[in-house]
Amino acid sequence: MAIENAVSADEIKVDRAKMHISDTDVAIDIVGMHKWYGEFNVLKDINLRVMRGERIVICGPSGSGKSTMIRCINRLEEHQKGKIIVDGKELTNDLKKIDEVRREVGMVFQHFNLFPHLTILENCTLAPIWVRKTPKKQAEEQAMHFLRRVKIPEQANKYPGQLSGGQQQRVAIARSLCMNPRIMLFDEPTSALDPEMIKEVLETMVGLAEEGMTMLCVTHEMGFARKVANRVIFMDQGQIVEENTPGEFFDNPRHERTKLFLSQILH
Amino acid sequence: MSQDIGYVRTEMALPQPAPLRERGPLAWMRKNLFANPFDSALTIVGLVIVAMILPPLFNWAIVNAQWTGTDRTFCATVAQGGIQPDGWSGACWAFVKAKFGQFMFGRYPLDERWRVILVAIMFVALLVPLLIPRVPRKGLNAVLFFLVLPVVSYFLLIGGVFGLPHVETPLWGGLLVTLTLSFVGIVVSLPVGILLALGRRSKMPVVKMLCVIFIETVRGVPLITVLFMASVMLPLFLPAGVSFDKFLRALIGVSLFASAYMAEVVRGGLQAIPKGQYEGADSLGLSYWQKMGLIVLPQALKLVIPGIVNTFIGMFKDTSLVYIISMFDLLGVVRQNFSDAAWASPQTPASGLVFAALVFWIFCFGMSRYSIFMERRLDTGHKR
Ligand SMILES: Nc1ncnc2c1ncn2[C@@H]1O[C@H](COP(=O)(O)OP(=O)(O)OP(=O)(O)O)[C@@H](O)[C@H]1O
Ligand SMILES: [Mg+2]
Repeated sequence: MAIENAVSADEIKVDRAKMHISDTDVAIDIVGMHKWYGEFNVLKDINLRVMRGERIVICGPSGSGKSTMIRCINRLEEHQKGKIIVDGKELTNDLKKIDEVRREVGMVFQHFNLFPHLTILENCTLAPIWVRKTPKKQAEEQAMHFLRRVKIPEQANKYPGQLSGGQQQRVAIARSLCMNPRIMLFDEPTSALDPEMIKEVLETMVGLAEEGMTMLCVTHEMGFARKVANRVIFMDQGQIVEENTPGEFFDNPRHERTKLFLSQILH
Repeated sequence: MSQDIGYVRTEMALPQPAPLRERGPLAWMRKNLFANPFDSALTIVGLVIVAMILPPLFNWAIVNAQWTGTDRTFCATVAQGGIQPDGWSGACWAFVKAKFGQFMFGRYPLDERWRVILVAIMFVALLVPLLIPRVPRKGLNAVLFFLVLPVVSYFLLIGGVFGLPHVETPLWGGLLVTLTLSFVGIVVSLPVGILLALGRRSKMPVVKMLCVIFIETVRGVPLITVLFMASVMLPLFLPAGVSFDKFLRALIGVSLFASAYMAEVVRGGLQAIPKGQYEGADSLGLSYWQKMGLIVLPQALKLVIPGIVNTFIGMFKDTSLVYIISMFDLLGVVRQNFSDAAWASPQTPASGLVFAALVFWIFCFGMSRYSIFMERRLDTGHKR
């Protein structure tokens, strides 16, 4: 069975040896979490514990609540029941806690959400300077370091509108990394990109995983899931339906919904 | 294979200069003036209209105009008791010349006008470098212009300290009043308008309600009413003996009025900013004010520069309404002088009004051009 879709990065080398998962250090703990949009119960009884260093891929059909769930983790969406504890801080209405959590949690969006009126370098230094109070010079050095890492240091003085989609997404990743987050959230980071650009973004993400970053990633890049993830979570109708190691998940799905979903996306 | 339909380019094509008919003035005219019969007709009709209006205007304003003179006789025909031949029609610039001081300063005492001129010089000296992007030290410049200059100007213009004689505001007039009102209106209305717009979109119900009530009340009432109420009604509510400078009331009235309009302009810009920008800022841990000040407002304000400048220009011209509280801005002073018996002639009103119109136009056109310049400069969107 060919589980990679067309572009999947077969050639990307992944060194799993370096990916260490902590046994004791909990990064994110979600307990009995529910969320409603008005009368509509989008997320139902979500329970998920993420250890430091885990790489979790979340997949599921459109509208199943994947985005909503990971956006709850940095409080872009508010949950109404249950608990979310990130890095030991529980998310409540306490704005200070929310800001603390957001500083530690980086997020990469499907549509990049770069700031079009700032240069690439300014995009990357803005939050360190204003939120972390890093001196400008140091923030710029650090930004260049991460831009080199995502392999676009030469674009530093351009504006986002002058870059290709793949380049923009790598800037978005660098922008998050500049805050030195301990956890990274990805919401379909490659689904707005052309095939050639998907690979460059995935490579960047693999690099992050190899450095031991805790990652939650909503994606349909099954090749990436198989190679990088240590757990795959399948959501449907606002619930976690199945959860397993990538090998088991893809080769031996147990829930009917999962089988149907996999057969649809993997043909 | 019987037939080979494959094709491989052996040499890459080089860019070539555009054909002649795409360049040069002729091509420009064909494209812009005579693209099709309808365009050609419009062009011709436009040219005819211009040809009908321009020569008489030119004759009146330049050729036949009376440039010098000491009283009305220079601008009246013999039949009207003047020196011009019968049937003469020309602008009476002598009137404008004679009254120029009043048009600029109103009844501000002659000996004290240097104070106004000094303020004007400082205003220009600080404004020009502020407007030119290349000039460094924008922060210091802005502080001087928006904070220091108003304070210094206040003491210079009003006087009563440092041995400067007191000049009460009812003596102020002309361009001085127009510019003071508009400057204060502009400097107050932009920040207040921004706060009102943010308040109107706030999640806090009380803040939101207060902003909505303020904006909708002010927008629902004509400026002339606000000014009138400020001058007639306000004193009724104040305890006896407390007087409130009439000019100050006009300043407050105009500023609040402009703020309400500005708020709606800015709100339009805020609504155009995609949700992703807010989320991008939130996800980085920026606070509300950082998010608004660094991410949302710079983009939103850039989008609504035309609307902002439109409001400024509207306010600049609306300052004339202060005649209702017997203050005289440029237009007011000009009209006041029509009744000066020494200069009354059939040509005086037109000349005075054309002069006032020209001054208003210079300022408004300047603002308009500058806004276009800024829009271009700030355009980093590179939309494709
Ligand atoms: N602001 C909102 N108000 C009301 N309903 C919403 C809102 N945002 C999302 N929903 C609904 O919540 C459900 C889950 O949405 P969500 O965006 O989390 O899905 P998803 O799994 O990310 O889907 P996709 O793969 O298409 O991105 C959907 O049914 C959607 O219609
Ligand atoms: Mg989604």
